[in-house]
Amino acid sequence: MNTGIITASYIGASALFIMALGGLAHQESARRGNFYGMLGMGLALVVTIVGLVTQNHFVLIVGILAGGAIGWYLAKKVEMTQMPELVAVLHSLVGLAAVFVGWANALDHNAVSQTPVEQAIHATETYLGILIGALTFSGSICAYLKLAAKISGKPLQLPGRHIFNLVLLLAAIGFCVEYVASAPEGGIGWLVAMTIIALVFGVHMVVAIGGADMPVVVSMLNSYSGWAAAAMGFMLGNDLLIVVGALVGSSGAILSYIMCKAMNRKFVNVILGGFGNKSSGGAGAAGPAGSEEDIKPIQADEVADMLASAKEVMILPGYGMAVAQAQHTVYEISKKLKDKGVNVRFGIHPVAGRMPGHMNVLLAEAKVPYDIVFEMDEINEEFPNVDVSIVIGANDIVNPAAQEVPDSPIAGMPVLEPWNGKTTIVLKRGMSTGYAGVDNPLFYKENTRMLFGDAKDSVDAVLKYLSE
Amino acid sequence: MRIGVPKEIEEGEKRVALTPEVATQLQKLGFTLAIESGAGAAANFDDEQYKTVGVEIVEDPRDLWKHSDIIMKVRPPKEHPELGFYGVELLGKGQTLISFLYPAMNQETLQALSERGVTALAMDSVPRISRAQKMDALSSMANIAGYRAVVEAAQHFGRFFTGQITAAGRIPPAKVLVIGAGVAGLAAIGAAKSMGAIVRAFDTRPEVKEQVESMDAEFLMLDFPDEDGAGSGGYAKTMSPEFIKAEMDLFASQAAEVDIIITTALIPGKPAPELITERMVANMKPGSVIVDLAAEAGGNCKLTEANKVVVKHGVTLIGYTNLPSRLAAQSSQLYATNLRHLLTDLCPEKDGNIVVDMEDEVIRGATVVKEGNITWPPPAPRISLAPKEDIGIKAKAQLEKPEAKPAHPLAFIIPLALAGLALFGLGSVAPPEFIGHLTVFVLSCFIGYMVIWGVSHSLHTPLMSVTNAISSIIVIGALIQISSDSPLVVILATLAVFITSINIVGGFAVTQRMLRMFRK
Repeated sequence: MNTGIITASYIGASALFIMALGGLAHQESARRGNFYGMLGMGLALVVTIVGLVTQNHFVLIVGILAGGAIGWYLAKKVEMTQMPELVAVLHSLVGLAAVFVGWANALDHNAVSQTPVEQAIHATETYLGILIGALTFSGSICAYLKLAAKISGKPLQLPGRHIFNLVLLLAAIGFCVEYVASAPEGGIGWLVAMTIIALVFGVHMVVAIGGADMPVVVSMLNSYSGWAAAAMGFMLGNDLLIVVGALVGSSGAILSYIMCKAMNRKFVNVILGGFGNKSSGGAGAAGPAGSEEDIKPIQADEVADMLASAKEVMILPGYGMAVAQAQHTVYEISKKLKDKGVNVRFGIHPVAGRMPGHMNVLLAEAKVPYDIVFEMDEINEEFPNVDVSIVIGANDIVNPAAQEVPDSPIAGMPVLEPWNGKTTIVLKRGMSTGYAGVDNPLFYKENTRMLFGDAKDSVDAVLKYLSE
Repeated sequence: MRIGVPKEIEEGEKRVALTPEVATQLQKLGFTLAIESGAGAAANFDDEQYKTVGVEIVEDPRDLWKHSDIIMKVRPPKEHPELGFYGVELLGKGQTLISFLYPAMNQETLQALSERGVTALAMDSVPRISRAQKMDALSSMANIAGYRAVVEAAQHFGRFFTGQITAAGRIPPAKVLVIGAGVAGLAAIGAAKSMGAIVRAFDTRPEVKEQVESMDAEFLMLDFPDEDGAGSGGYAKTMSPEFIKAEMDLFASQAAEVDIIITTALIPGKPAPELITERMVANMKPGSVIVDLAAEAGGNCKLTEANKVVVKHGVTLIGYTNLPSRLAAQSSQLYATNLRHLLTDLCPEKDGNIVVDMEDEVIRGATVVKEGNITWPPPAPRISLAPKEDIGIKAKAQLEKPEAKPAHPLAFIIPLALAGLALFGLGSVAPPEFIGHLTVFVLSCFIGYMVIWGVSHSLHTPLMSVTNAISSIIVIGALIQISSDSPLVVILATLAVFITSINIVGGFAVTQRMLRMFRK
């Protein structure tokens, strides 16, 4: 197969990948988009295997089949609540693959002879590719462990961590210079040292980030895995890898940006450290936002009555709903109400789940039709017309302190505004605070009622009364 | 403890202090309950209903008064017209009476209660603070009175409330003026509004303007320099003579225009202010209706006669003082619920024993006699709602304050210039092949940027899993190297193929699985 055909196929694959991402603009075209993606990947794989692989076909096929089988199994088994974990694991694999490819390239001296400038550039590309890959790998593993609660979600902040990071960065730059000087023949030692530094840096970066910021971390690692692919593309002089890497890299970067904006956080601050712990939380985190006497509890049967007699109902889910596995019952409730002629909508805050768009997937899994699920920006101005808002398993994303208390740690964060509606019902286990550790004045508002108890038990009880 | 509920003996009083529903809730608190036979009959609760939820039915009220630990009533106690006994005289030490008592007007009752050594809680003395709203019987009764006032007005008004265009011609909507936008006034506004009338409201307290307007009624403003009519405890206070003159002028002009006037102006402990003069009544259209909710305290209109409907100058004046009793089932339900909330606070252990805790602001306020000692009036309640709101507004203003300074025009030229210089420097040393790749890279970043912003927010999770799958295009790198002669390189490349395959299949499959869930 001549290089012309291969290059043309790669162009086709690039176009298909772009169309795959473009397809995700609407639910209707999304599945077709995913199909384009598979087609592009298939095309690239077949052309490369047929055109460029000259030997070792056996191990290649075994590798693909074994990996594919594992991937298939993971995709079928994973619970939708565990999507962030799966995505983190997959990110780590991309990082690890980049490290392997980079190392294989560094060890493979069969490259055509190059000018010194080209050699220097090539060495730098290899070095960078491995660096990004390694830190994506260790960072993603760490993120996985945090998401799966295998290690504490609390930010671990070593004393002098900024200096430590700086030292690692300077060392990485220094080693790079040394490696470029001795490549392509030598310098493997520098490469090993850098890989270790990158691995340490990845771990250190993620452990310092608090549980509330995990959506940002997951998006950021998504971005890194893209940049790693792009670096590999430069190293191999392969435009397909560069295009895909750039697409994925900018996708992750935009998602990180959206997540940061949704939490009113600066990206740099997220990376540099913990959220919601006292040292960086500043003033305003302490003390309850209202007197306990202002809390008005409500019973499930009263909630059912209120819902049945309402015209407009807004359901505001948070991750707590998914933890309690209450989304299916919530859907049943919404269906019951719809049959009674109540207009039920869902309002989703961008950080309602543990990764971007997570809550939408969880609701989709519970069969909630996507045309009654709305984004925060779409529905915030609707609240004055809403008779009953139900907050399930959410806290910080419905906290009026973000707008009312200037020195609150979450001040300025965009939030859903159910308090502008007629009545808000908050389902909650107790009076504890959310991720941010900030008390929620919403619970003490005049038109708020608290339905205490496990979210699943509460919605089950409400559904029971609604069915009667 | 045993709670006894005697039948109300006031003439025309249909309410009862206990409903079967509240009875079950009180039993959960550990109380045993007894009710006089027929006590709920006028409010449509018969003895059978009470019996089924386990309330003891007692024939002789004297037995209830003597042998109950707590007596719950609606009206203040008085001499029994048929059996000829005075309930208070049957009470003794350790017993508690809870009812409306109006201590300011009923000094003798207070005296009698204190002589018997009992504890008495007056439902009308519950402080009007936010925490006590659930036991504020005055508010729940006022709410009913406001609603009923509109119903009474409708009955005596000869026309529709709502406007209609019919085949026979146009019917203009009725115009209703509500004076005093307290609980009763707001309830009247709501009821009149929902019947289709045009509603106007007036109140001396400017802060209720928002509440009135939220109910879609018009708030009448006085052309008068600021004077805040808010007194303590949520009531209005007496205003200055100039203010009253401006107010009266407004009422005079409104009276000639509106069809129905509902007055609710009461100042605690004083006769009701006269707001509607005889001249205004005479100026009203014939067939108009005035409902005077202040009739008991002398009336906001001097022509009103308490407990009667009279017609003067062609205007019907309704002076019923027992409007809540005319909606007996509803008002009994709300009153009994108010009592239940009070008992919940009195009985923190839920063991059926009450503790009159004088440290508790609400209980302190309600208690007018404690074990024979008159404790009325209570110390003034502390109310600080308004300043709190101010803080909220200030905070909001502070939040909105920091405005983005307009960026200096050079601010965006400088990074552009720097980027250009860097590219120029790179271009002068780098091989053309590298520049070619860089072109692809930069353009791809821009394409990515454009495409990703177009992705629906609800599909961000599938976006991540699909980008994950396609970023495994790194497999190409491994495939290029797998044919190497060096075993180490082959091993590394094979491993890379293996893990990227996990990623490719896993990523696409899980994306497909998720996308299949999204449905209309």
